[in-house]
Amino acid sequence: IFCLLEYCTGYVGFANLPNQVYRKSVKRGFEFTLMVVGESGLGKSTLINSLFLTDLYSKDYPGPSQRIKKTVQVEQSKVLIKEGGVQLTLTIVDTPGFGDAVDNSNCWQPVINYIDSKCEDFLNAESRVNRRSMPDNRVHCCLYFIAPSGHGLKPLDIEFMKRLHDKVNVIPLIAKADTLTPEECQLFKKQIMKEIQEHKIKIYEFPDTEDDEDNKLIRKIKEKMPLAVVGSNVVIEVNGKKVRGRQYPWGVAEVENGEHCDFTVLRNMLIRTHMQDLKDVTNNVHYENYRSKKLAAVTCNGVDTTKTKGQLTKSPLAQMEEERREHVMKMKKMEAEMEQVFEMKVKEKKQKLKDSEAELERRHEQMKRNLEAQYKDLEEKRRVFEDEKNNWEAQQRILEQQKLDASKSVNKSVSQYLAF
Amino acid sequence: TDIFSVLKGGGSTLLGYIGIDTIIEQMRKKTMKTGFEFNIMVVGHSGLGKSTLVNTLFKSQVSRKSAGWARDEKIPKTVEIKSVSHVIEEGGVKMKLTVVDTPGFGDQINNDNCWEPISKYINEQFEKFLKEEVNITRKKRIPDTRVHCCIYFISPTGHTLRQLDMEFMKRLSHSVNIIPVIAKADTMTIEERQEFKQRVRKELEMSGIEFYPQKEFDDDMEDKSDNDKIRETMPFAVVGSDKEYQVNNKRVLGRKTAWGIVEVENPNHCEFAQLRDFLIRSHLQDLKEVTHNIHYETYRAKRLNDNGGLHPISTNGTHDSNL
Repeated sequence: IFCLLEYCTGYVGFANLPNQVYRKSVKRGFEFTLMVVGESGLGKSTLINSLFLTDLYSKDYPGPSQRIKKTVQVEQSKVLIKEGGVQLTLTIVDTPGFGDAVDNSNCWQPVINYIDSKCEDFLNAESRVNRRSMPDNRVHCCLYFIAPSGHGLKPLDIEFMKRLHDKVNVIPLIAKADTLTPEECQLFKKQIMKEIQEHKIKIYEFPDTEDDEDNKLIRKIKEKMPLAVVGSNVVIEVNGKKVRGRQYPWGVAEVENGEHCDFTVLRNMLIRTHMQDLKDVTNNVHYENYRSKKLAAVTCNGVDTTKTKGQLTKSPLAQMEEERREHVMKMKKMEAEMEQVFEMKVKEKKQKLKDSEAELERRHEQMKRNLEAQYKDLEEKRRVFEDEKNNWEAQQRILEQQKLDASKSVNKSVSQYLAF
Repeated sequence: TDIFSVLKGGGSTLLGYIGIDTIIEQMRKKTMKTGFEFNIMVVGHSGLGKSTLVNTLFKSQVSRKSAGWARDEKIPKTVEIKSVSHVIEEGGVKMKLTVVDTPGFGDQINNDNCWEPISKYINEQFEKFLKEEVNITRKKRIPDTRVHCCIYFISPTGHTLRQLDMEFMKRLSHSVNIIPVIAKADTMTIEERQEFKQRVRKELEMSGIEFYPQKEFDDDMEDKSDNDKIRETMPFAVVGSDKEYQVNNKRVLGRKTAWGIVEVENPNHCEFAQLRDFLIRSHLQDLKEVTHNIHYETYRAKRLNDNGGLHPISTNGTHDSNL
């Protein structure tokens, strides 16, 4: 690359910088997260398939639309697309069940929760000490599908966009645009833009560039907002050419024909020219909004709000220091509390053990006394028994003596008799 | 053998022309003089082409939005019932057509019970008729404001019926004849349309929702086979338009897109012609009869059983109820 700057005598070489950035990025690969929101049956899955020329949702893995949902879910699918050496990790976030129930109040809440949780993940990853791998899963763009009624926005459309326009880049699209004739489409677009302005909804704005040519293109795109799209991956032959489209008895609606719908505009804008800008706006505007709100809320906890007014303007490092200190203090407090609880429990246990020891002693005493009483009892009984025995023996002796005397006297009488 | 005995014997050859068959002509003349009334209600959330379809059906500006687009009309916060009547004439026959529109149905974020105003309206019309019928001195012709037919517009998502659709049809299929149609059918290709119809029919069958023509009211085998054919193709996939374009040297009603003209009355493009024939050319009278003989009678019986009847006094002075 030759650099013909006037003020450089000689070739320095930093003109090669874009190439280096480019090469590094290509090696790293790109990430992009796209969210699609709209009632079921508006062709969201078909449009995604058409945009990225893949079958993200196919017969083997049917999209959420084929499954009946009772509440709003938020589902994400990741696909790795490679083209010309560039690698893109595309995450599609789908919201089946949105707007399908009879009562749709707060059906936007799961969507808001998802977006916030991804921002929170990024915030935590950013604040960590070890930041080697920081995946960016924040939602970079939200395509909102408007049903082609031809009249205007529905209350649900307005409510959703109002709540999400400062959290994510909202790009409204008119779905199934082959329902509308060109005149109807024009009037519908005008009506929608009018209502968007009335309700002060901030949809994604294309940035102005220095290049006049680009600006002209951008102005043309702005005039066509919201983009009216048709999706299809079915290839049909029209006038000898193979095109993607939808076959009707009265003709073929071509997806990539600029006169039929704004699909090519959307694709070029989303992928070929403004993908990086969408990521930048997400990072610089929406994420920063989230971050400052979140951090301000943290420092406000438990601290006098008048003091925090000054703290909000502190440098982020100081704030992080503050946060760390708070965190450490919190840990210490928790530790102290746990110690306290532990001590208390130990005391209790000790007390219990003492009590049971005393109890055992008491019982031991009791049993000893019982035994002694029994012993005495037995002694008494033995004495009585001895007495009885002596008596009985004495009696026996007397009886013996008597018997002896008796026999003696018998002998005497016998001998006396014999002597006679 | 006089003429009467021949007739009694089972109607073999008449010995002369009597003229019984002129009764048909007499009926026709009478009907033409009195004309008839037809009340049709359209239900569906906004943007489905209800007004356009009604205008196309009756080939005149009879709907609420008679003057083209009323785009600056705000969506009402609750369901409103707006009815517009016109007298249209064709071939000497006069018809007083009343179109009842239901703006606001299904448009809010929370659509719970949005069918209630509609149910109330239908019952109010039955009540009006009942009061007239029960009167002692009745009018010669009781004005009939009862809803004879309710066209329910299904959104052409291509997937399944929405919860709101099922709720509405379940609750109202017993008070009014519901004819479901797939709105803005030019959104779908022919295959998508067939699949969608099959799915919708299956869902309706599984939930026990009987749309008009109801199977239980088929009079005889001929009716049954005719109605079976119709039930197989329902719900009709329709497209409405009040603009005319030139196609093959013919002026046709249609919608002009960048890739072709959708002809409303072309049976290869959509089923509008079938709906029109079914609704107007063959089953108009039947719709009225089913409304009168079945839906109205159900309402009447329920009313009289619930409240112990209304209190008319019969002409001979006793308090016997003549109900």
